[in-house]
Amino acid sequence: MSRVRFPYSPHKHEDPVPGAAAVEARIERMSYAGSPALALREIHLSVPVGARVALVGPNGAGKSTLLKAVAGLLPVQAGDVHIYGLPVGQCRHRVAYLPQRSEIDWRFPVTIQRLVMTGRYVHLGWLQRPTAEDRAIVAQVLMELRIEHLAGRQIGELSGGQQQRALLARALAQQADLLLLDEPLNAVDTDTRAVIAEVLAELHQSGKTVITATHDLGRLETDFDGAAYLSEGREVPAPPGSFTGSSIGRLV
Amino acid sequence: MSWLFDPLRYSFMQSGLLAAALVGVACATIGVYVVLRRMAFIGDALAHTILPGVVGAYLAGWSLIGGALAAGLLTALGIGWFSRRQEVREDTAIGILFTGMFALGILLMSTVRSFRDFTHILFGNILGVTAADLGLIAGVTALVLCVLWLFNKELELTSFDPTHSEVIGLRADIIRYGLLILLAFTVVTGIQVVGVVLTSALLITPAAAASLLTQRLSRMVLLAAGIAVLSGVVGLYASYYFNVSSGASIVLTCTALFGIAWVVRRFKA
Repeated sequence: MSRVRFPYSPHKHEDPVPGAAAVEARIERMSYAGSPALALREIHLSVPVGARVALVGPNGAGKSTLLKAVAGLLPVQAGDVHIYGLPVGQCRHRVAYLPQRSEIDWRFPVTIQRLVMTGRYVHLGWLQRPTAEDRAIVAQVLMELRIEHLAGRQIGELSGGQQQRALLARALAQQADLLLLDEPLNAVDTDTRAVIAEVLAELHQSGKTVITATHDLGRLETDFDGAAYLSEGREVPAPPGSFTGSSIGRLV
Repeated sequence: MSWLFDPLRYSFMQSGLLAAALVGVACATIGVYVVLRRMAFIGDALAHTILPGVVGAYLAGWSLIGGALAAGLLTALGIGWFSRRQEVREDTAIGILFTGMFALGILLMSTVRSFRDFTHILFGNILGVTAADLGLIAGVTALVLCVLWLFNKELELTSFDPTHSEVIGLRADIIRYGLLILLAFTVVTGIQVVGVVLTSALLITPAAAASLLTQRLSRMVLLAAGIAVLSGVVGLYASYYFNVSSGASIVLTCTALFGIAWVVRRFKA
């Protein structure tokens, strides 16, 4: 069965370059529009397929900016970012991004089910409506995050932890190969922490690549294969005695 | 029941009611997005900036609707362009554009000896709607409903989560331009019914009332359309029996229904 599709992105969904890293980012300079201050400088991030990498640093260190550059949300003034060997934007269906909760208008009248369904939109494109298969995928990920009983609720009625689970469910529904998670465990309850940790472990087992921004140093050794430390938009050496993992994923 | 059917003997009442209902549906439907995306001010600005277009077209002897559409589209694109560059805050930029254009319209009006032709533009002329006007109104209403139905999922996503839409390659600014252009078409029909000054009431008030009563987008759209149609009908009958301005009575009916919705919500909570 092949249906006519009109993808949002003008680029065709390209196949990955064989042997390429999941993310290869060389960012010499990067700043926000209208601001002279550099948000990031002299960063080289290389993440092999299947790795779990933590971006560690205090608030304002540039973790979110780096994730957004990799997600194609912010332009890089000097440097380039490749995803699976292709320039950013050419394989959008392979990249899922979990935003910070503040980026969403939670008062908008939309249900959890529909929020999670938006994870399927990259595969649907213009004019296509969700199919039974899409609905089955959404039902499945809602169960994985144990929020299936909330499917019909308005997004604003949820607690912070439930909202975070809904956003992660959407990222799963996209069935991407590379997941970019911005502070997934920020200000969530312990139940949610456990559920999210379980889901991340499953993602790792199924060979997905996951880059996570965090300022939580506690669980780096168990949950990640590598860590990169950022401060004021630059790479910094790992603090003495802290986790660095194997060489993969570290800023070079 | 003669009070209900008597006015319908007049063809101007028939076409007026039809026009009020069609415009109500178009304005209320797109109005739900205007309200949810916090674009109420833009809707008001669009209606006002149409004035110089209409007056200019009148002076040049062109089609008034054509002039209105041209001015509306120009403003829609201007607002989109202004809000992309961030040298001036968006609401400030809109405020400057909208008052400047409205003043230009009034200036042009004052060059004409008789103001009478323009009171229709300022306050609407629903009882003078011609067959051609009705055709245009029906066309715009059909266009608004079709576009909103076809692009419903993109409009919804860019409204509550523009970040995700950019990640998947769906450009939120393109959707915004599209919505502004559609809004320009809608506003031009609203002007036929309640005039430049009150058109934003048709966009905002029924949608705002509906948003108080439901948390479902589809129900909100239906409810807003229902409120707008009811206001059009009630307002026209009030204007017929009490011999008052039709545009003002339609808008005041909307306002009263909003008040009722507000009270209902208070009691439910």
